[in-house]
Amino acid sequence: MQQILQIITKPDNIPIVLLLVSVIFFSWFAWTKGRKNDAQEVPDEATMDDKVQVWPYLVRVEFLATIAVMAVLVLWSVFLDAPLEEPANRALTPNPSKAPWYFLGLQELLVYFDPWIAGVVLPTLIIVGLMAIPYIDINEKGNGYYTFRHRKFAILTFSFGFLILWVALIVLGTFMRGPGWNFFWPWEKWDPHYVAVLTNVDLSEMFGIPTRLPDNSINPASFMFGAVLVLGYYTIGPAYWIWKRNTDLMKKLGLVRYAIISFLLLSMGGVVIKIILRLVPTAFGINPVKYVWVTPWFNI
Amino acid sequence: MALMEKFKKSEFYKSIFRHSYQDTQRNRALQIVDNVFLHLHPVRVPRHATNIGFTWGMGGITFLLFLVLTITGVILMFYYRPTAQFAYEDMKYLMNDVPFGPLMRNMHRWAAHAMVLTVMLHMFRVFLTGSYKPPRQFNWMVGVILLVLTLLLSFSGYLLPWDQLAIWAVTVGTNMARATPLLGHEGPFGPELGMRINNDVRFVLLGGTEVGPPTLLRFYVGHCIFLPLIAAIFMAVHFWRVRKDGGISGPESRKNF
Repeated sequence: MQQILQIITKPDNIPIVLLLVSVIFFSWFAWTKGRKNDAQEVPDEATMDDKVQVWPYLVRVEFLATIAVMAVLVLWSVFLDAPLEEPANRALTPNPSKAPWYFLGLQELLVYFDPWIAGVVLPTLIIVGLMAIPYIDINEKGNGYYTFRHRKFAILTFSFGFLILWVALIVLGTFMRGPGWNFFWPWEKWDPHYVAVLTNVDLSEMFGIPTRLPDNSINPASFMFGAVLVLGYYTIGPAYWIWKRNTDLMKKLGLVRYAIISFLLLSMGGVVIKIILRLVPTAFGINPVKYVWVTPWFNI
Repeated sequence: MALMEKFKKSEFYKSIFRHSYQDTQRNRALQIVDNVFLHLHPVRVPRHATNIGFTWGMGGITFLLFLVLTITGVILMFYYRPTAQFAYEDMKYLMNDVPFGPLMRNMHRWAAHAMVLTVMLHMFRVFLTGSYKPPRQFNWMVGVILLVLTLLLSFSGYLLPWDQLAIWAVTVGTNMARATPLLGHEGPFGPELGMRINNDVRFVLLGGTEVGPPTLLRFYVGHCIFLPLIAAIFMAVHFWRVRKDGGISGPESRKNF
């Protein structure tokens, strides 16, 4: 318990506590507003469409907000010093070595994926996926007001990505990953000598197909097993298209939009599946999964 | 008082203030359009746009924090030399001997953290109100670029104190670049394309094979000049597009329901 208090009150970790509190508050706040609008014929925002003059009605809000923010910032800066540790020393590696807090979700993903996926491909997909949102969401409703009823799928998907895969992983990475990036519960002490007994196996090995042959080259059977699983997983997209292509929704979406949406969604789902494959087996006393697909060039 | 009245009628006063302060519709409008800072706003907005429950004020606060960061950042630059020899000593000097040095550095640090947070919340709000929908699709894209620039600005600043926290956080972060597919020496198909530790994308980023003095200079220039300039340009586009796309988003009109 002492340990978690120390970590939470570390000055550099305060933004994460703020993030957690504000994200929970604003999610609840937006949800309340959305449900209220959903229960009404006309959303609140539409009844507030009369024009007011910016001077003074908007400028005074901005002015007050500026004063409040500056007051908080100055007090925060008077009472808490920004950290300054020992001089940089390449010969002395701290354990755990952590990236800045906003990247800890990605660092946490390194547990489940190789760096080229967790550190490069997934961030790229996040950025590209975010940029694609306005062009792939063709739902005309819910433009400019809080609602849940009119855009259930969009809101659930985005909230899952933001609240669970981004915020929750940051919190996990900061508060529960100790020396050696080992997992510690909040009430446990971070023991630098703790050695986690982890025997990761590849998925094919769970089905009795060894990943490597006795001469250490990759077993073609295991390679095929992984290829079928990974590529098969991504064919869910085209398969669903073939099944549903004549529905109104699919016709409205068009093939290009659908291809982008299904690829992004399946990739997001893939992250979740890999996390589950890594975390759940240990609960049943089975070895967790390291790779689903091992190839000479990359591993997934 | 009579003197004040006389002053207000002088050519000098009138050359600065173009209209009287009497509370009329016209003066309220002039107050906005005659002011270079305030004319970012339209003269009139729908009432829900002034409601903090709708906007959460996060975009505006992000911009305010950017301004705070620019000012405190310039002040910090007076006391900081981006070389491995001096950087850490300058930090110690700043924190111990410069009047208001710690306040400036703390404000810079905490405003930077807060800005990352408010950018995320701004994006969350814009998503939840569906404000990226037509005609605002492009501005959402500009916003995503600004989010990335904010993270890069924060990350590049993280290295500058040149302490253990800085060097190792940046080491962990930039190590990812080794694994870039095609362009990193440990990434898929990287070695096949001739990537080595001393010519891949991470080497370009760091100016060396590890986080060292050239990295400090690179990150310093990026943090103080390159990234803020790019961010300022994208911010200009972002704000301009908010106006051009019809101001703060909102339901078109109650007739649509």
